[in-house]
Amino acid sequence: MGLEFNTETFRNDFTFKNSPRAIKRFPFPFDRDDYMYSVNMEPHVPGRPGSVFEHMFDVDEHYVAEMRDRALVLADDPLRCQSLPHMTLAGWDLLELIMESKARDYPHWFELHKNGNHWHWINRPLEIEQKFTFLDETTLPCGPMEYITRQAQGDFTLQDQRDDNLWIEAGMVTTQADWSLDFDIGMSFHEWHAPVPKAHQMGVFDRALKFLLKLQHGAPVRRFNWTMTVDPLLDTSPENYPKWGPTKATLTPDNIGHRQHLRVELQTLHRLPRSNAIAFPIRCYLIKFEELVTIPKWARRLHRVVRDIDPELATYKGFLRNRDLMVQYLSQFDDGAPTSPGWWPDE
Amino acid sequence: MTKTFFEPSIRSRPVYGELTPRAGRAHLFVADGEGAEAVCDMIAKAGADAPALLARSHIIYMPGPFGSDLTARLQALGAAQFHRSPSFGAAQSRLRKVLADAHMGLQVYLAGTETLIGLAMREVMEAGLPPEAVQTEHRGSLSRRVQCVHCKGITENVTTDPFACSHCGLNLFVRDHYSRRIAAFQGVNIDAEDPGQVPAAVERFK
Repeated sequence: MGLEFNTETFRNDFTFKNSPRAIKRFPFPFDRDDYMYSVNMEPHVPGRPGSVFEHMFDVDEHYVAEMRDRALVLADDPLRCQSLPHMTLAGWDLLELIMESKARDYPHWFELHKNGNHWHWINRPLEIEQKFTFLDETTLPCGPMEYITRQAQGDFTLQDQRDDNLWIEAGMVTTQADWSLDFDIGMSFHEWHAPVPKAHQMGVFDRALKFLLKLQHGAPVRRFNWTMTVDPLLDTSPENYPKWGPTKATLTPDNIGHRQHLRVELQTLHRLPRSNAIAFPIRCYLIKFEELVTIPKWARRLHRVVRDIDPELATYKGFLRNRDLMVQYLSQFDDGAPTSPGWWPDE
Repeated sequence: MTKTFFEPSIRSRPVYGELTPRAGRAHLFVADGEGAEAVCDMIAKAGADAPALLARSHIIYMPGPFGSDLTARLQALGAAQFHRSPSFGAAQSRLRKVLADAHMGLQVYLAGTETLIGLAMREVMEAGLPPEAVQTEHRGSLSRRVQCVHCKGITENVTTDPFACSHCGLNLFVRDHYSRRIAAFQGVNIDAEDPGQVPAAVERFK
């Protein structure tokens, strides 16, 4: 495999697009024709070859462009990456997890050589080579969490565990679905999830917390979340909402296929060995409606999900104002035929 | 002013109790405005123990955001130390010193507006006191301290929703989402999607 990374943008001229291969491996999040909250966690074990589940951390054709976009976001707003002082050890844990996983799963792109605590990291796609001393912050250009998450797709948060609760106390958050790390940092599990409607009353967060407190090292889990985004904008932050909010009012039947994106988060949870913290990578995948409808099963199913979704959820996810337009567009691709169970495309 | 009733809300929104006398080696009260009444009510509840409790008490008091000032009533309790401050900001260094000097067994009582309770609670937590040593009671104005999520500026004493950020001028709606670290509610631009379409301000936090 060669270095096949797209030259593309997630802002201004928005040249992002998915190749046919990327469309086929897109993590379509709906395993049935309707949607409601659930804890929906499953073991994060290696999945089908070629799928986004094949490796611990998926590296795809958008890698280099996404890392460039992250650097732009951070230059504009350094508060997107924060770590409370006691979270540095968890940052090292995360660095180790990512470096070891990538070097193991993508040896042609990444190499990690260890001689005791003297480590040598090579990242070919980003043309980075770094010799440093593991657990010695002075040997890296920035903190360990920031260092490694500038080289890893998706957002990352680190949760400290104490008092039978999880506390969000570090994070790299530049591709978020409209939540603010700067505001939420330091909150407990129920506090940072407080704005989510319905799920609290359903007991979703009580069950999820109970489950996560017992998460074991070496047994990561995963789940999906999703929302809708106009234009392939990774940085849908509340901070920048006045900049991207107006685009929601510019969708038309003619441009919706190209500009409306389904935004899927593949969320994984990993217990970290030294700090006992939990790492929470939130990997964002975007797909244009016009790309998604090339998979007939997904087109039929997304039409039904969007058409029948609880308006309160559509409001929270921020697409109620465009829902009718979406349904109208997607209905062209739904002949009413039954869909097969599960999320994989039909062969 | 009687105890405040709060509508049920989301889990990040703080809830407050009712001050109750507790055994302790020392007692620190921080109150503003009508919070003085909560302190007086608590001392009354202490009954025969009140003189001993007051002999180990330090009261820091400041007027409420809209001027209510019950200094005379609070001072008349006869606490070992009573300090009237013109504002929370002016009292901050004193509060930090008292917390830094605190020994095990200090009981903390915060009473008054959410802003006062939130700001004082932040100092108490940063000083490393155990949460179970702190009691809170809301009295007085419901006005809010709100952080603009866009420019990060904090607007004090917000009574209407929406309101204009005192720093960047954006029209913000006030969420119940609350950060203890910032001691503020979150304000989000209300007309981001449809610039200029700002609903009339309603007095929600009197």
